Amino acid sequence: MKGADAFRSREITAPLVEEIIRSLVRPVRIMEVCGTHTMSIFRHGIRSLLPAGITLLSGPGCPVCVTPASHIDAFVAAARLPQVTIATFGDLIRVPGSEGSLATARAAGARVEIVYSPMDALTLAQQEPERLVVFPAIGFETTAPTIAATLLQAERLGITNFLIIAAGKTMPQALEALLSDPELQVDGLLCPGHVSAIIGANAYRPLAEKYRLTCAVAGFEPADILAGLLSLIRQINEGRPRVDNCYTRAVTAQGNSKARALIDQVFAPADSEWRGLGIIPGSGLVLQERYRRFDGLHRLAIPLQPTREPKGCRCGDILKGRLLPPDCPLYGTACTPLLPIGPCMVSNEGTCAAYYRYSGHKESRHRQPETTN
Amino acid sequence: MKANSIISLDHGSGGLASQNLISGLFLKYLTCPQLRDLEDCAVLGEFAGRIAMSTDSYVVDPLFFPGGDIGALAVHGTINDLAMRGACPLALSLALIIEEGFPLADLERVIASVARCCEEAGVAIVTGDTKVVPRGKADGLFVNTTGIGIVSHRVEISGKRARVGDAVLISGTLADHGITIMSCQAGIAISGDITSDTQPLHRLVGALLEEDSGGVHVLRDPTRGGLATTLCEIARSSQVGIIIEEELLPIRPAVNTACEMIGLDPLYLANEGKCLIICEQDCADAVLQLIRRMPEGRDAALIGRVVEGREGQVSLTTRIGGSRLLEPLTGQPLPRIC
Repeated sequence: MKGADAFRSREITAPLVEEIIRSLVRPVRIMEVCGTHTMSIFRHGIRSLLPAGITLLSGPGCPVCVTPASHIDAFVAAARLPQVTIATFGDLIRVPGSEGSLATARAAGARVEIVYSPMDALTLAQQEPERLVVFPAIGFETTAPTIAATLLQAERLGITNFLIIAAGKTMPQALEALLSDPELQVDGLLCPGHVSAIIGANAYRPLAEKYRLTCAVAGFEPADILAGLLSLIRQINEGRPRVDNCYTRAVTAQGNSKARALIDQVFAPADSEWRGLGIIPGSGLVLQERYRRFDGLHRLAIPLQPTREPKGCRCGDILKGRLLPPDCPLYGTACTPLLPIGPCMVSNEGTCAAYYRYSGHKESRHRQPETTN
Repeated sequence: MKANSIISLDHGSGGLASQNLISGLFLKYLTCPQLRDLEDCAVLGEFAGRIAMSTDSYVVDPLFFPGGDIGALAVHGTINDLAMRGACPLALSLALIIEEGFPLADLERVIASVARCCEEAGVAIVTGDTKVVPRGKADGLFVNTTGIGIVSHRVEISGKRARVGDAVLISGTLADHGITIMSCQAGIAISGDITSDTQPLHRLVGALLEEDSGGVHVLRDPTRGGLATTLCEIARSSQVGIIIEEELLPIRPAVNTACEMIGLDPLYLANEGKCLIICEQDCADAVLQLIRRMPEGRDAALIGRVVEGREGQVSLTTRIGGSRLLEPLTGQPLPRIC
């Protein structure tokens, strides 16, 4: 066995599962914060191995899902301009705004290209100097450093036709906002591996202390996730909440200071709207004043218009872990992976999409019998 | 670029330029007598058995990729569609829609590839058509092939015939074609020897059916939508459940790595030279041994079984012993952000 295989073998995972079953003494509710955790839990069938007393809730950790309609509308508005090429991460293109998505804009003639990194978008700008290449800069602390590095590269090369629409978000502020909600009943937090590699395991300490919440930083392989869950259950049993770093091969206590410096150099914190959660103070990343010439909204004179959440959509409650996807009246009927309404159904990593794809629950529990008038 | 090195609208006019293209390029490589006659259609003669017919259009981007090109895909794809119903392919048509300005050298490469694949497969292009559309109205080159074949009277292969207790086999490694194309599109160089698996399967199927005494129930090539989508279609048409073991799935390590990098699930990526076989459990070993002796089946593996209850559902037993449902592909496979 080599690489990731070692973390997905039954020899490694079976003892962890047994230990989790042995250790669980009372029902616990654990929130996995990261969309990649949600995906991995479904993909490896981890829920099917866990005892019934463990409820896993999916938090606001899918960057595509929490991007609000107002930002999607801005991306679409930019896409509709004749001189603009949108260069975007693939899973953003189906996300619905209040009037269509980047995919529908593309079908109507807009130029929307899928790229795999912001650097690819910059290359596209170099190849097509006559067009304005706009990169929708969504993501958390994980993607922000590469976006910042790309922008600095554009500056070094004197490229003037590369723009971003800053829509990045930071995780600690969102977690703080979630945890301060008295209705949220969570015993433990499975903290995101990639984000923690940047911000460091210590970033969760204030949360653990203030809310007496058990935290475990975990990687994305089955053995990583199971080890994280086991740590949380043990902490809950001991009644001593702390931050346990179960992903030491990638995450340090302090994180990656170079990457954080890059973020700070290019971006400044600002209040930011999260789909389903509303405005969270200080949770967004906007461009520093001196990089304003890269600001797509400014250069293209596109306003960020406030939008309303789709009617009946319970994505906000699902992101907060208050409801499971089948508790939403739209789930599986009006809202499916092919025709998503809420953000959680759109991305592969969205809670509802993952639930729909892997769990076998295809219909809302609240489906009303049709009435005749 | 010189005027005579690209396709112009004249080449599709039916006039002199068209005739020059046909005689100077197409007939240089495609040498079947019926085609050379340049009649309005080909008359094939008499055959004993039921006629099978299939058509498919090819719009792959890029046109040339590691392991193949659009011409190879167009020949193999239609041959394989015929083979999946147990048909022995007899003849193919070849229709091209070419965008004005398309390089003649690329067209020649594609036609040479079509000819080579036909020769290797022992199937001829017996009729064809060429249209040229103005620049911007197509993306370089689109190809359609239609094929006809003969099904022996005793063969009854269908996606509706999977039965409880049957074994599920795959003739080789998964996702090679899909990941090759996706990484070409993404501009990502994959380490290791990853190429499209495009190849004809009619010989493998022929050998299989020759030895078969009714134990083979379903043959399907898991092309677009990949293994997962194809299994879901079979489970629904046959009204059975299917369980697949992740540990048994043959996937090249480099393919797995690339899938993780781009954020794609290999179970949903296209294969262009693999055959899913559902047969009675008793003959599974013999089938495996037989196809593993053939080059196109050397990585064949038993991957799962058909089960009672859970009608229409396909589930995967994961490597760690968990279980998850496999759903058909929704929309396009999209790479993830991180």
